[in-house]
Amino acid sequence: MERIIKFSSKTVVLPNEDVDTDQIIPARFLTLPSKEGIGECLFYDWRFNESGQPNKDFILNKEESQNCSVLVAGNNFGCGSSREHAPWALVDYGFKAIVSTSFADIFKNNSLKNGLIPISVPEEMHKWLIDNPGVDVMIDLENTLIQTQQGHESSFPVESFSRYCLMNGIDQLGYILSQETEITKHENKL
Amino acid sequence: MLNNSPKTLFEKIWDQHIVVPETEDTPAILYIDLHLIHEVTTPQAFTQLKENNLSVRAPDKVLATMDHSTPTVPIKTIKDLDLVAESGPAEQIRDMIKNCQDFGIELYGFDSDHRGIVHVIGPELGATQPGRTMVCGDSHTSTHGAFGALAFGIGTTEVAHVLATQCLLQRKPKTLAVNLNGNLNNGVSAKDIILKIIGTIGVDGGTGHVIEYRGDTISSLSLEERMTICNMSIEGGARAGMFAPDEATFEYLEGRPMVPKGDDWHDAVEQWKQLVSDKGSVFDKEVDIDVDSLKPMVTFGTNPGMVMPIDSEVPDHKGNHSFKQALDYMKVESGKPLLQKPIDVVFIGSCTNSRLSDLKDAAEILEGRKVADGVRAMIVPGSQAVKAEAETIGLDKIFLESGAEWRESGCSMCLGMNGDTVGNGQLAVSTSNRNFEGRQGKGSRTILASPKTAAASAISGVVQDPRIFGNN
Repeated sequence: MERIIKFSSKTVVLPNEDVDTDQIIPARFLTLPSKEGIGECLFYDWRFNESGQPNKDFILNKEESQNCSVLVAGNNFGCGSSREHAPWALVDYGFKAIVSTSFADIFKNNSLKNGLIPISVPEEMHKWLIDNPGVDVMIDLENTLIQTQQGHESSFPVESFSRYCLMNGIDQLGYILSQETEITKHENKL
Repeated sequence: MLNNSPKTLFEKIWDQHIVVPETEDTPAILYIDLHLIHEVTTPQAFTQLKENNLSVRAPDKVLATMDHSTPTVPIKTIKDLDLVAESGPAEQIRDMIKNCQDFGIELYGFDSDHRGIVHVIGPELGATQPGRTMVCGDSHTSTHGAFGALAFGIGTTEVAHVLATQCLLQRKPKTLAVNLNGNLNNGVSAKDIILKIIGTIGVDGGTGHVIEYRGDTISSLSLEERMTICNMSIEGGARAGMFAPDEATFEYLEGRPMVPKGDDWHDAVEQWKQLVSDKGSVFDKEVDIDVDSLKPMVTFGTNPGMVMPIDSEVPDHKGNHSFKQALDYMKVESGKPLLQKPIDVVFIGSCTNSRLSDLKDAAEILEGRKVADGVRAMIVPGSQAVKAEAETIGLDKIFLESGAEWRESGCSMCLGMNGDTVGNGQLAVSTSNRNFEGRQGKGSRTILASPKTAAASAISGVVQDPRIFGNN
């Protein structure tokens, strides 16, 4: 896995609240066998019209949204289904971080295992980011800090082990496997 | 932490399953007693195991079935699959069969009388038991908490973790007590309780929490009703919902295929009786719900928190952009009722409401009546066992005579992966769990409701209050 320490990007803003994982990737795409290319299905029913052409009004289809790796979204992003296809699609599309005021639990866990950082910021900064799309933000995972050039700054909570794994490009499974003795000990008590 | 300090039900189960305790730097390693798997969220997990040359640590602790993309028309052999399924779902089902063979996991497949929605067959088989930790790559795993299990949904990476190690990395969640007080009135169901709860706490009210349902209502609720309530805990943002096991729980489980037998059964029951929140145990949050005043509930928007009593009017959006967008999508207006609004489809099924008691509720209203012209009513039992039981008592005849479709088991129209969908722009009254935009098919519009409300709406052709059909 790629190591993530610090990166900068312009933001793209999707102000909708409670964006559910069915919007992030509709269920009919869950039969795709691979994570590669799954970004084509991201927000499919919002991005494309009836005839499969890009919906010009949708924010991701606008010129200024291209090559942005930070999505600023409304409260409670990623609610609903546990489908990991949601962060897979966001990552494959090119996003590295989602900024909101809160995230659904399973989506947050899934994101952290796929190099996508869920960043919760206080309401005031969130409102500013929503009202000012396309600003440059710097995300510093090492110091758990998000900053704008306009002087807005916030630290953000991130589960410490996930942060360690992301910064070192480590898969979490290795750690559980290393606890074999303890797992066997527990099983022997059953 | 002192060992003798009062503990909640959740804390007791959590503590019993700690393999390596949580530290500031690392989450707890939690042992998983039972892993439920299905065809949609496992393929990439099995691939990860294969790529890393890992085996499944405990195949006997994995319960496997096919439900999400599985057709609900009769299939006897895998050869029939291509005749009825699109290539994507068919391929996924074949992968599931092969992966289970390759890793030595028993699969409840097309040839099994026990096949069904994973959250319906777990309890039916007695695999769901008090005190167990259970996970599945499906958010509605919360269903199993009805038995006093700690059960929650996980992602596919975590599915691989559990397959390989039987363990999961977890930070300890907080606790939320939802106190249910009073009795259900006629025409009102467990579904209405959970919709009311979600409307009260909001779709993120339970985030970071495990809910324990408490209060004087709960002893009168059947296990099937408790499952409906726990099932939609996730729709209030909570990972899990739980009821402390009681006599009704033991009665439901006794004699089921996977529960302990003989003396072991009595020992198990004695242990399970300890699984209650101690007097004086403290919850991080508490919410009270008055069940006495509860009416049938319906959703009006595009998340399950946008819900109201069936006889009231759609609330004002108060300038909230997302709220207004939801009303526009649903083609409903603030200040107007949903009652009498024409509908196109009724779906009775899903892991929320597809058990025998749900089908009986629907049959009581459908018996001797006809589904309204122009309405497609589809009834999908939660498992092949539910289907067989329903047919034994003649429910299938009631449904078919009313003009409804009666199918094989599966998730079906809840998420429309298997070809059972609500058409573009159509309005459905559905007993499922999510009314998200396009959830039941591209462009579909969903009103979530109980089986009683769904059945009443089917015969009326409009959103209908089940209480007008008398004593049910």
